[in-house]
Amino acid sequence: MSQNVISNAVCTVCGCSCDHLEVTIDEEKIVKVKNACAMSSGKMLGYMNERITQPLMKKGNTLKPTTYDRAIEATAKTITKSSSPLFYGWSLTSNEAIEIGVDLAEETGGFFDNTTSTCHGPTILGVHEIGESSCTLGEIRHRADLVIYWGANPVHAHPLHMSRYTVMSKGRFRKSRADRKLIVIDVRKTDTAKLADVFIQLKPNSDYELMVALRAAVRGDEIEQEIVAGVPIDKIEELAEMLINCEFGALFFGLGLTMSAGKSKNIEAALSLVAELNSKTKFVIMPMRGHFNVTGANNVTTWLTGYPYAVDFTQGFPRYNPGETSAVDLLARGECDSALIVASDPISNFPYQAAKHLTSVPLITIDPHITPTTMCSNIILPSAHVGIETTGSTYRMDGVVLETRKLVDPPKGVKTDVEILSALLKRVKFLSR
Amino acid sequence: MEKEISILNAFVFDPLNNIEGEKLDVHIRNGKIVESVGRKARKINASGKTMMPGGVDIHSHIAGSKVNAGRLLRPEDHRKDVEIKTKHTHSGVGYSIPSTRTTGYRYAKMGYTTVFEPATPPLKTRHTHEELDSTPIIDKGCFPLLGNNWFIMEYLRDGRLDECAAFVAWMMKATKGYGIKIVDPGGVEVWGWGKFIKRLDDPIPNFDVTPREIVRGLCKVNKILNLPHIIHVHTNNLGSPGNYRTTIETMDAVRDLADGKRPIIHITHVQFTGFSGSSWLNLGSGAPEIADYVNDHNHVSVDLGQVIFGDTTTMTADGPFQYFLHQLSGNKWVNLDVEAETGSGIVPFQYKRTNYVNAIQWGIGLELALLVKDPWRVFMTTDHPNGGPFTSYPKVIAWLMSKKAREKMISRINRTARRKLDLPNIDREYTLGEIATITRAAPAKSLTLMNKGHLGLGADADIAIYDLDPSKVDLENKPFTIRKAFKETLYTIKNGKIVSKQGQIAGNSYGNTFYTESQVSKNLEADLIKDIQSRFKDYYTIELENYPITDNFLRNPAKINCEAEV
Amino acid sequence: MKKLQVTLLSGRSLSQGREKEQGKLSKSYFQSVACCEINGEDIKEIGLDYGENVRISTKYGSVVIKAIAPKQTLERGIVFIPYGIWATQISGSETDGTGMPSYKGISSTLESAKKEKVLTVNQLIKKSFRRKITKKR
Repeated sequence: MSQNVISNAVCTVCGCSCDHLEVTIDEEKIVKVKNACAMSSGKMLGYMNERITQPLMKKGNTLKPTTYDRAIEATAKTITKSSSPLFYGWSLTSNEAIEIGVDLAEETGGFFDNTTSTCHGPTILGVHEIGESSCTLGEIRHRADLVIYWGANPVHAHPLHMSRYTVMSKGRFRKSRADRKLIVIDVRKTDTAKLADVFIQLKPNSDYELMVALRAAVRGDEIEQEIVAGVPIDKIEELAEMLINCEFGALFFGLGLTMSAGKSKNIEAALSLVAELNSKTKFVIMPMRGHFNVTGANNVTTWLTGYPYAVDFTQGFPRYNPGETSAVDLLARGECDSALIVASDPISNFPYQAAKHLTSVPLITIDPHITPTTMCSNIILPSAHVGIETTGSTYRMDGVVLETRKLVDPPKGVKTDVEILSALLKRVKFLSR
Repeated sequence: MEKEISILNAFVFDPLNNIEGEKLDVHIRNGKIVESVGRKARKINASGKTMMPGGVDIHSHIAGSKVNAGRLLRPEDHRKDVEIKTKHTHSGVGYSIPSTRTTGYRYAKMGYTTVFEPATPPLKTRHTHEELDSTPIIDKGCFPLLGNNWFIMEYLRDGRLDECAAFVAWMMKATKGYGIKIVDPGGVEVWGWGKFIKRLDDPIPNFDVTPREIVRGLCKVNKILNLPHIIHVHTNNLGSPGNYRTTIETMDAVRDLADGKRPIIHITHVQFTGFSGSSWLNLGSGAPEIADYVNDHNHVSVDLGQVIFGDTTTMTADGPFQYFLHQLSGNKWVNLDVEAETGSGIVPFQYKRTNYVNAIQWGIGLELALLVKDPWRVFMTTDHPNGGPFTSYPKVIAWLMSKKAREKMISRINRTARRKLDLPNIDREYTLGEIATITRAAPAKSLTLMNKGHLGLGADADIAIYDLDPSKVDLENKPFTIRKAFKETLYTIKNGKIVSKQGQIAGNSYGNTFYTESQVSKNLEADLIKDIQSRFKDYYTIELENYPITDNFLRNPAKINCEAEV
Repeated sequence: MKKLQVTLLSGRSLSQGREKEQGKLSKSYFQSVACCEINGEDIKEIGLDYGENVRISTKYGSVVIKAIAPKQTLERGIVFIPYGIWATQISGSETDGTGMPSYKGISSTLESAKKEKVLTVNQLIKKSFRRKITKKR
């Protein structure tokens, strides 16, 4: 088979959703990819590593190969019998799959949560309180003369962010790096910080204090401290001046802000700072979303249930109370009696106590690859990669929806998330009639 | 499901076919209205009941990026209003911003069968379609926002009207959109810098084109492309005291382009741009002046944007206005600018009847409806959810039909507002026929939806049967009866199937998404693509190839073809 | 043996992000993720060199991983473990009512584990979750 080059493929790794990838396919395999960052080429060239190619079900202590029909039947029986099944993951699959997932949780009266709850959940909690002054990434590329990364390290986590959308990009009104200022605020001098015009290093777990001091300085209030969060006050006041005097400022923040002490309060303070800055200049804020479709998971869940994650269907209607209905809390309290994990690895990513509970209930996983979670599962349903082996829609971190492409076929016999979940929902409805 | 239904003996209101309250039988086969059916047809006895075509809502924010951002902003809006899952229906939430399934069900229960999302940012319109496709029962469509688009502003600045038309045609195809929406022309681009504009003739910085030129240019483009709807305009200066002048100026800006036959500009939610006065203290109703203009000029149509007292959520593409409202109210605020195209803003808001300004606003919408003489050019909306949730439509109908209902509310509003408004002195009461006009027939006609909004042969069998006996009740004295009847149909029929019966939804069917394709000449199209290709990368952060929505993205696409004149 | 009080950060690293796409059972993943970046002076203080194993303990648990040189600047008193199953062994499930556990800024103890082995994914799962992982036939 001759080589085939597909251009403008959409990457399905992080929230940047770069859509300029050039993929070379030879003999039905991806052999080369251009314009991709290290993570992206890692996925594009490594998508066949450690694949699960057949459904597996535990019989005794052994995982035995089985068929999709049998595995789906066993899954349907399990989650229908459960009084509080957990449906978790969702950030690495398509909008179409997520929609079916929500209906599954509703039909079985379970919990529906996505990786937001261990990622930018606190951001959303902040938005509920304050709101969010934001935009699509192109606005920043065109207009921003001041860009801040706070508790985020795009060189490592969003490698093309700066060249496509911020300080290294070319916009209509900002033609080059020289037209912009980069400020990095972090507890350590990251590789991103090395590129900054101004780097502010703060003490760990003191982002809230620094944010509040900055708000006060922006408002022109006098701060009666010499040092806040390990930062001298005149540095904070200088920073405030930079913020006020820019024409268009953009604050990007990452898990450094959501995961450290203060959590959602840190974000509330950040959102408030930006809202207040709009009385003096134009300012926007945007969370750096990690998984390629976590924004999609939030959006789909919100239009179907009103809430973006941690949805509880046990009462027959959507309820939402992160801290109570979020996955880590549910599991740590031992509340779920079965779990369906889709495109996620909570055994690796959840704190030990929560992960431990997952291993003590019937655990079903839908995933392309072997992961610690599949290794602990009772039923495994292999699936195809969205954006490589099947199409599907995804949301960029700024809310723009892109349609991904099918570049190659999945491994023989492997189904897509949509196919598996549709079949599962059909069985569940039949069993519950 | 029955393929044939006969609805017998209802009082039929079908203004497009000049039927006003006659007792008629209406027959349905295979989803259409037909002359007659066989003996085995299911028969619905509708004696003593009122039948109308299914409601057509021309302007309601039900789907897309800002709507969902509103849902996310307000979990408190959802907690107070939940829908429990039933055998046939999904669960849901939401008072002012319902979840998608709840939206479809609630519209169907009220007898509405077609709803248009009036403002979708083109770059994010896939999101709008995802939500529309998630909304059951109703037929739908959406209007892409074009009034702050970089390509369009530059074409108009350079006088390249044909290319502008070709671009709009391309845009309509790429977004699967229905018609041209203009919100705060030029103003949202300026808001991209956090700044504001005031006048129709102020040039937009960096683009050198004025709001007036944008409105006129797109009005001409609309004609060139023969689009089924007319330019749908949210004027500049929304929410500013004295802005009724901007409304009249905007309507007048295209007067010379009229052909005398039908409207060529639609001003939406005109209550919000119908303020007289110069400050909040002396704010008044500009409705009489606007109504005078509308009565004297048949090139204009309007819709109300009626205010409902209570808690709701404002959401529009008018980013600068929404920021202003945030400052005024102190409520939380979401802003979402969209590169090279438009913006949006969301702010929760409460309209209080004891508040002078809110009470005046409440009066403006009703005054407009009652003072505009031609019911074919004034449509009933609340600009859901900006003025109030669409579930409040029965209240609005009661106010329009019953002076008694109005008086009751007037007696409870802010005293100073009561004295200032003309509304207490207006006696007019809408008839059922006029209500049918402003809630179905006229919007359908304005959208040129040939098979909607009427019950003639060949029409889609979208029907609402209300528990109202116009022969027995003098409705103007029974506002509660009006409200109760319009709150919930006895039957709502969609494409010939019963979808709602006394508030019980039959199941999850999905309607069509209407979109427009206006074919320009091949040469013009080729030139346009060459032009866009060279500049797209400079304007957008996605590739041109990935911008257009693919044909199989929509669940039930229904294309409307038009012939362009270029 | 000397024990040092440090603050634990976990997060993304480029190699972790890249290697997770290679497969979580791969050697390259193990090498990129089952490790801990420690400041040069801190590692000297506990009597070790880079490449040797350390034990990090929090109130939630304890894990042995390899000490490596920081890839980005790292102050004294801060250690960095890339996201993954080794980091989460010592993370707590309390979310302070937010749903979000604390993955950054956890107070921990750092000490030498020179004579101990770093467990592979397989071994860790077996030990932590007391499950026998049997391969499919």
